[in-house]
Amino acid sequence: MSENGHTTNGAVKLTRKDFTSDQEVRWCPGCGDYSILAQVQRLMPELGIPKEKIVFISGIGCSSRFPYYMNTYGFHTIHGRAPAIASGVKIANPDLQVWVVTGDGDALSIGGNHFMHALRRNFDLKILLFNNRIYGLTKGQYSPTSEFGKINKSAPMGVIDQPINPLYLAFASRATFVARSIDIDPKHLSATLERAAAHKGSAFVEIYQNCNIFNDGAFKGFSEREVREDRVIQIEHGKPLIFGKDKNKGIRLNGLKPEVVTIGENGITESDLLMHDEYSTDPLLGFILGRMEFPEFPVPMGVFRSIERPSYENLLTEQVDRAVANKGAGDLEKLLHSGETWVIGDDGEQTNGHH
Amino acid sequence: MSDLELESPSTHLPPEEVETVTIRFAGDSGDGMQVTGSQFTATSAIIGNDISTLPDFPAEIRAPAGSLPGVSGYQLNFSSRDIRTPGDEPNVLVAMNPAALKTNIKDLEPGGILVVNTDEFVAGNLKKAGYATNPLEDGSLAGYRLFKVAITSNTLKALEGSGLPHKQVERCKNFYSLGLMYWLYDRPMEQTIKWIDEKFAVRSKEIAEANKVALKAGFNFADTTELFTSHYHVAKAKIKPGKYRNIMGNEATALGFIAASHVAGRPLFYGSYPITPASDILHELSKHKNFGVRTFQAEDEIAAVGAAIGASYAGQIGITGTSGPGVALKSEFINLAVMTELPLVIINVQRGGPSTGLPTKTEQADLLQCMYGRNGESPVAIVAPATPGDCFNMAIEAVRIATKYMVPTFFLSDGYLANGSEPWEIPAIADLPKISINFRTETEGFFPYSRDEETLSRPWAIPGTPGLEHRIGGIEKQHITGNVNYDPDNHDFMCRLRAEKVERIANDIPPLEVFGQATGKVLVLGWGGTHGAITTAVEQMQEQGHAVSSAHLRYLNPFPKNLGEVLKGFETVIIPELNLGQLSVMVRAKYLVDAVSFTQVKGKPFKVSTLVNKIKEYL
Ligand SMILES: Cc1ncc(C[n+]2csc(CCOP(=O)(O)OP(=O)(O)O)c2C)c(N)n1
Ligand code: SF4
Ligand SMILES: [Mg+2]
Repeated sequence: MSENGHTTNGAVKLTRKDFTSDQEVRWCPGCGDYSILAQVQRLMPELGIPKEKIVFISGIGCSSRFPYYMNTYGFHTIHGRAPAIASGVKIANPDLQVWVVTGDGDALSIGGNHFMHALRRNFDLKILLFNNRIYGLTKGQYSPTSEFGKINKSAPMGVIDQPINPLYLAFASRATFVARSIDIDPKHLSATLERAAAHKGSAFVEIYQNCNIFNDGAFKGFSEREVREDRVIQIEHGKPLIFGKDKNKGIRLNGLKPEVVTIGENGITESDLLMHDEYSTDPLLGFILGRMEFPEFPVPMGVFRSIERPSYENLLTEQVDRAVANKGAGDLEKLLHSGETWVIGDDGEQTNGHH
Repeated sequence: MSDLELESPSTHLPPEEVETVTIRFAGDSGDGMQVTGSQFTATSAIIGNDISTLPDFPAEIRAPAGSLPGVSGYQLNFSSRDIRTPGDEPNVLVAMNPAALKTNIKDLEPGGILVVNTDEFVAGNLKKAGYATNPLEDGSLAGYRLFKVAITSNTLKALEGSGLPHKQVERCKNFYSLGLMYWLYDRPMEQTIKWIDEKFAVRSKEIAEANKVALKAGFNFADTTELFTSHYHVAKAKIKPGKYRNIMGNEATALGFIAASHVAGRPLFYGSYPITPASDILHELSKHKNFGVRTFQAEDEIAAVGAAIGASYAGQIGITGTSGPGVALKSEFINLAVMTELPLVIINVQRGGPSTGLPTKTEQADLLQCMYGRNGESPVAIVAPATPGDCFNMAIEAVRIATKYMVPTFFLSDGYLANGSEPWEIPAIADLPKISINFRTETEGFFPYSRDEETLSRPWAIPGTPGLEHRIGGIEKQHITGNVNYDPDNHDFMCRLRAEKVERIANDIPPLEVFGQATGKVLVLGWGGTHGAITTAVEQMQEQGHAVSSAHLRYLNPFPKNLGEVLKGFETVIIPELNLGQLSVMVRAKYLVDAVSFTQVKGKPFKVSTLVNKIKEYL
């Protein structure tokens, strides 16, 4: 980029403001969604993609209001079904960069099926799941990620459903990019979003998001500044799993089970620790990391997996191209006249056998 | 001499002339009756008869062999005159086993020709079909001309030494029975021989050969044994000059949408989830990727329509196809397309309902579902083809309306049209309707919900267009700006505007044509797949000098503008439908006419005679 605000190819360098729509943001003051919106708007100009080529597609929920606030193309669809619309958009125009914004209820309850299938097909979509472990828009019922036993509006005696682990679902669906971040860590969030944007294929990012009205402090136990370093583990490719204020704690594998160990105790060194490998195509590492839940374990944040696989829309486009190469571009005249045909002449006489 | 041989392959007996014949082939689902029937159809069409067909599939893929639920049938009507139905009662029934006899004999005309495969009439099969005694011996078939042929063993004999496994040889018996029927109705075998060669060439030359031998063996058996004592000739029908092919409704539907995409100059997107009787549209379209067709087999019907809306939003021709149960699942997304005013075509190939209902049988009971089966005020356009070939025309119409008016449009077909076939005059591409698609690109004065003065449609502004970035969604839109808006007056206005937009389509569709006099005693008003039966019945009444006319609606929402006028011309309006009176509800509500609703929901098309009897009550 040059200094006069123009990119080297002459296009005008856009700013965050260019991506901000004229609509008033209507989330509750203090909602974690604000921070996510800010990071996304900040990231957009960095991508170097003209804004007409960017589409935000959402379902229904507080989180799904997101597209109204982005000055790009946007589609606020129906509850749980954003991935379906996004799939059609990508097939019709693979050039567009498509972001899906969804909530824990939207993606994992009503839309669980579409979520899973979008990931397994590896459409080139950036899927941001705002996980506040509650139904915000409908005012506080439990969601599929709500903790077992949690008291809330629709479960006054406590939730008796086991929560879904969205990462498990992503790995089971063979997602090619899986990451987790949190609203209150803008730097981490921004870096994670950037990675997702750069990924070719379905990029799934679970974002812990505080709903200060109906589920305030859901992530406080590990996310508050004072405790974060001891209770959150930043996973990085090619590095051992180390955490803690003093950087002396780590994760070691005991058989297939992760366990927390202290470096320097009982002869444990860095080389005993589990190494993170984003490129592992084996889902095992993902499941091991994914099962690390607070308070038993520090909560992993970062990119769990980033592997390459052709996207659905590219495979389909490739089939279309191959069909044209093999059979020639479709000839409607020929198609209509295919199979056995016959001609009735003006005299009523018939001739057969034309193909 | 050689000429004569070509014209009439049998030499022993001169054939008797007959005008119209209805044959039904019935056997176990594994017996290949659909192939037999469709081969007879193809040959009859090519030698110049008019034809109309009705396959009848069992709901189970392979019910136990020899059982009643496993019976599969194929009826076809062929004629030297213009025909429009597969025939009320078969004149000939070919029953390959006792179960096929049991389920079909009640339909055979009195004195009709009955050909049975005696080899299958053994104790076990008789029991499975629920026969206490063997009907071939107990005199219960005395009212028919019964021809007993050992079809299985004759086929085995003809193929002795073929080297193929026993099971494979036995499978050729359907071609043997086809051969018998070709002799009986004086048909040439060339077309089928060619078809066998093409069909089996890749898989196995031996099987192709065996099927050809079986076909000829059946033919020769009838010829040399003079089994039937006489045989028949059905002359060429007088058909409008032109180039023809035989076409099934689902095939015509697929071709129609490809043609629509061609005239619109935009690629076709088809999102679907397999369901009988719509799946063949998905199969057909998936073969034509070289036309730029993208087919997407989604995880369910909801995703299928969602993806189609997504494709439309991004500028392709978005279509989704299903049957009634799938439409139920799609309804929320259809409303999203109503609200966001995006073009969308929803194919509903109706089958028997409610719930899973009669999946392989026909019915017309989804009209009100398509019309009203969604929350809120949800106007959509509805078109319905009248014949298998008409599926082609109405597919193009559906795309034309959906894209011009930015509105979801139903294409309401049914199982009878989908699987039925008829000779189809291949249209010239230059004569196809024009569909002009103009994406909005002008940024000056752009508002996502501004209106075309004539059509009231909003601009189609697709992602990727610089300067037109905007947001749409399912929340009520402010007039013009398209911003989220909860104002009561705006909502009232927008509901009326969306309804008015659909009403205006009436300015853009052909008026309803009346078959017969414009005034008279009785008007028979129909829609969809009942066209053939209604027209035939009305024609018969007219030939007898009665003041009966018919009219067939191919546009169900909005109705053609002259429908009210047409109704006024008659003392009685009869509305026959394969439901419990759904078009009647709409017509009565809109025009306040005391129409007679005449209905049947048996999973079968109307018989012409049933309609004739009903009409007579009002003369
Ligand atoms: C078909 C349908 N069912 C139910 C609703 C009501 N509804 C809207 S949002 C929502 C839950 C949203 O929860 P989540 O996805 O977690 O989003 P959040 O509001 O928490 O961001 C529900 C049940 C709806 N809009 N549509
Ligand atoms: S209800 Fe919760 S999630 Fe929704 S806007 Fe308010 S704080 Fe945010
Ligand atoms: Mg939520």
